[in-house]
Amino acid sequence: MGETLIKVEGLSKKFCRSLKKSMWYGMQDIGRELIGKRHGADGVLRPDEFWAVKDVSFQIKRGECLGLIGHNGAGKTTLLRILNGLIKPDQGRIEMRGKVGALIALGAGFNPILTGRENIYVNAAVLGMSKQIVDSKIDEIIDFAEIREFINAPVQSYSSGMNVRLGFAVAAILIEPDILFLDEVLAVGDINFAIKCLNTVKSITNKSAVVFVSHNMQQISRFCTRVMVMDHGKVLSNSPNSFEGIDQYFGLIQHEKQVSGTGEAEILNMELMVNNQYVGSTEPTISHGKELGFRIKMRINNNNSGAIMNVNIMDASMSTVVTMPIYNPEGELNRFPAGVLEIVMSTGAVELSSGKYSVMIGVIDSETNEVLARVQGLSPFRIIADRVYWGKLVRNVVPQKVEILAPTL
Amino acid sequence: MSKLRITIYTPDSLLSNPLKMWRGMLRDLVASRELAWRLTVRDISAQYRQTFLGFLWAIMLPLANTLVWIFLSRSGVVNLSNTPLPYPVYVFTGTMLWAILMDALNAPLQMTVASKSMLAKINFPREALVVAGICQVTINALIKIILLVITLLAIGVYPSWSALLFPIGLLSLILVGTVIGLALTPIGLLYADVGKAIPLLMQFIMYITPVVFAMPKEGFSATLFQINPLTPLILTARDWLTGLTPEYLGYFLVVNVVAIVMLFIFWVVFRLGMPILIERMGS
Repeated sequence: MGETLIKVEGLSKKFCRSLKKSMWYGMQDIGRELIGKRHGADGVLRPDEFWAVKDVSFQIKRGECLGLIGHNGAGKTTLLRILNGLIKPDQGRIEMRGKVGALIALGAGFNPILTGRENIYVNAAVLGMSKQIVDSKIDEIIDFAEIREFINAPVQSYSSGMNVRLGFAVAAILIEPDILFLDEVLAVGDINFAIKCLNTVKSITNKSAVVFVSHNMQQISRFCTRVMVMDHGKVLSNSPNSFEGIDQYFGLIQHEKQVSGTGEAEILNMELMVNNQYVGSTEPTISHGKELGFRIKMRINNNNSGAIMNVNIMDASMSTVVTMPIYNPEGELNRFPAGVLEIVMSTGAVELSSGKYSVMIGVIDSETNEVLARVQGLSPFRIIADRVYWGKLVRNVVPQKVEILAPTL
Repeated sequence: MSKLRITIYTPDSLLSNPLKMWRGMLRDLVASRELAWRLTVRDISAQYRQTFLGFLWAIMLPLANTLVWIFLSRSGVVNLSNTPLPYPVYVFTGTMLWAILMDALNAPLQMTVASKSMLAKINFPREALVVAGICQVTINALIKIILLVITLLAIGVYPSWSALLFPIGLLSLILVGTVIGLALTPIGLLYADVGKAIPLLMQFIMYITPVVFAMPKEGFSATLFQINPLTPLILTARDWLTGLTPEYLGYFLVVNVVAIVMLFIFWVVFRLGMPILIERMGS
């Protein structure tokens, strides 16, 4: 852990919703700049303007990686562009020490008519690399991109995969930054290349101060030593425990309640239980591995042959990850009679990956297969674990046997 | 630990610290050499690689213009006053030099607009775009001049010693074109109207510059021709190339000195305006 390389204090940036006004404000801003006035009109919003980034402060040391997460329009990319010196802040101050590199626009300056080799030099020049450096590393770049046989062909004949591979290879091999900005470019190409990218980026990030913008929580949890959650331009949290930030990010996802079906069944109430304790809060955070249970109150109106029911857990993308059909002790699907009913059930240990989930209940007429009620978005809850995994179901396993058969040299 | 370079971004105008701004400008100009050259090579080779006629395209437009004007004057549709040179030579050199001026004038805005996506995402010395534009214009101009000289020799116009001064004339055409183009670039990036208006306006200005017409001797048009700062540029360059004695040398010098001063002013405007323009361009 080294010295502080990035210091951001009270950074704010305004954007404009209307294009015509934005153009006119642009003219005004240039005029103000030319008479030596400060940018940003001293923090006053002009008509149709809003704060795209508001009062952001943080510091990053060498060896640290700050994950920047938030929903679209939260201000992450804008913040990154200000840090990269592309646009001017309206308020605040940024101080950076060392060489700044960015893996943002891969393959910038590529001209489709020129060959891959020529484009490597163009791209490298855009990134500020001299010809000598490129000459000494060109073979490494070509091999990394795995396009040696096409290197003298025009780039317009490349597949899109070859294009991004070449772009990534140029940037990743050439930059040796103290400060690195990453914007969701990590895993490009097919799975083999994506893994190679991740490993390369990981080795760069270990030596520098990194700001990493991504929507991919698996990558955030793997790369980042800190996580900063942004929403509508403001910083919600900045925590060294990345799982806390990730949990907060999941908390921003809305699970809307949605009722469909014939209306002959109705979910009256639903409560969550964790380790057999009822949870009062509206959106509890549940540690991975705890026992989760539900208490469901419902009414079934007119029903001759009985209704069958299943309880589902849906993830943030509204796809069902767990389905629990309700059985009776005899091993048949339970048929619920008409009336107001209360059901208490346990799902066993929660083995879901970190994220936001909600419950969907389906009640179906066992005879006609009519959907009497389908209610989704019930009792949203979040699962928290110290890592985010790719699998939806995460079960920590202790093997029966681990034995070293032969030592490696 | 080696000394790390410190970068600071604040909302303060760069003009609030002119010395720092000037150092930054020089540093970026030096840093942009390699990139500018790469972009030049890229654009020049891409420009001609996908054509069949290649370098001949450099003279296609002036050549077509010349033929039109020769036709118009021969057929008597327009009545042209006597030119100091045989009319075909006069109009061909004129349109060639005018084309070079126009190339230089269009280059800064064209280069910046073409690099919009790069500008929006990558931090590189933006001066490189302007320098690359100048390099490209110069290379294309040299191709034009070579073809022009070959043509002149072929029709029997032999240059005199004054042709050695012609490169100065060429450079000042590129200089003035670049200055005008650079001045229009910041507004042109915000308002597409500028890019659309330039060809229209320059078409008009061409007719009050001795490109296809000779200098009028009297009247309102003579005054227009004489105050037009592009007049001495075209005339002097043409006179040097074809061995005539330049008549507007004084005005020529004044225009160049003013252009050099303006180049610095508009460079500063370009530099200060760029982050604001990039913000308004979106990514």
